[in-house]
Amino acid sequence: MMGHTGFVLASYGAAIIVLAALIGWIFIDQRSQRQALQELESRGVRRRSETKMDNAS
Amino acid sequence: MSDAVSKTGRWIDLANPTRFLSLAGGILPWLGGLTALVLAIGFWMSMNAPDDYQQGSTVKIMFIHVPFAWLSMMCYTIMSIAALGTLVWRHPLADVSAKAAAPIGAVFTALALITGSLWGKPMWGTWWVWDARLTSVFVLFLMYLGIIALTRAMDDPAKSAKATAILTLVGFINIPIIKFSVDWWNTLHQPASVLRMGGSTLDPSYLKPLLVMAIGFTLLFFTLHMMAMRNEIWRRRVTAMRRVAARSADRGTVS
Repeated sequence: MMGHTGFVLASYGAAIIVLAALIGWIFIDQRSQRQALQELESRGVRRRSETKMDNAS
Repeated sequence: MSDAVSKTGRWIDLANPTRFLSLAGGILPWLGGLTALVLAIGFWMSMNAPDDYQQGSTVKIMFIHVPFAWLSMMCYTIMSIAALGTLVWRHPLADVSAKAAAPIGAVFTALALITGSLWGKPMWGTWWVWDARLTSVFVLFLMYLGIIALTRAMDDPAKSAKATAILTLVGFINIPIIKFSVDWWNTLHQPASVLRMGGSTLDPSYLKPLLVMAIGFTLLFFTLHMMAMRNEIWRRRVTAMRRVAARSADRGTVS
């Protein structure tokens, strides 16, 4: 029953690669959304709800 | 972003995306750190677990395969609850939650299939069989892909939200089928051994690392889900602001 180390390494390797890709994608998405928001705010664009929310409570 | 949040202090404030953003900003560093810590401990415990007398070192695949399989089902359950939130309460964060969870669930399902296959080859002598458990998990993976496609098929999230919620709820029928497939049909896959009537059949030397890894990956799921939800809220704000900008630019040229 020895000699199965390859399967164990392949499982952990696949898990690390796929999860790293997922985490990387989420971080890249986060950066691009943040940049887009900053860019729009610096141009002075406001959301419609921001004026509404001020008198919400 | 503005701090214009209602100051009632009720839990319903969470329904406010701005409130959610500030909450996520406070929680995420701690949640991420805790996830890394628990996963590191779990990994160390897994590597130090003894080889099984029958399965040899392949028993180590269990420490990741079982958490991935568990999360593939938990993620879908969360999406189904979110679907109810969309259909019944029309909660704006519910659709954000479901849309953000779908790719993460698909990844965990794919990993459960991959690691299961890599475990099946040395233990069963085959990478894949079309039996009840494996097929129902494969169907779950296809459901995730369908939901991902649907959430991204329309420009306006308000339009896709209802259709996605209905599809998600219809697909929930698959979750009990996956869970009980090993009891209802003859499959190569072993029946439940951790959560079962009469206690776990696993030896503590395997059960402990498995539980720590399961907690670690569950924390990882919630960290990634919260991050993805925050990204989705930002994405919707960007879309809304671009629309406002385009409209005012339009007015500028007309008048």
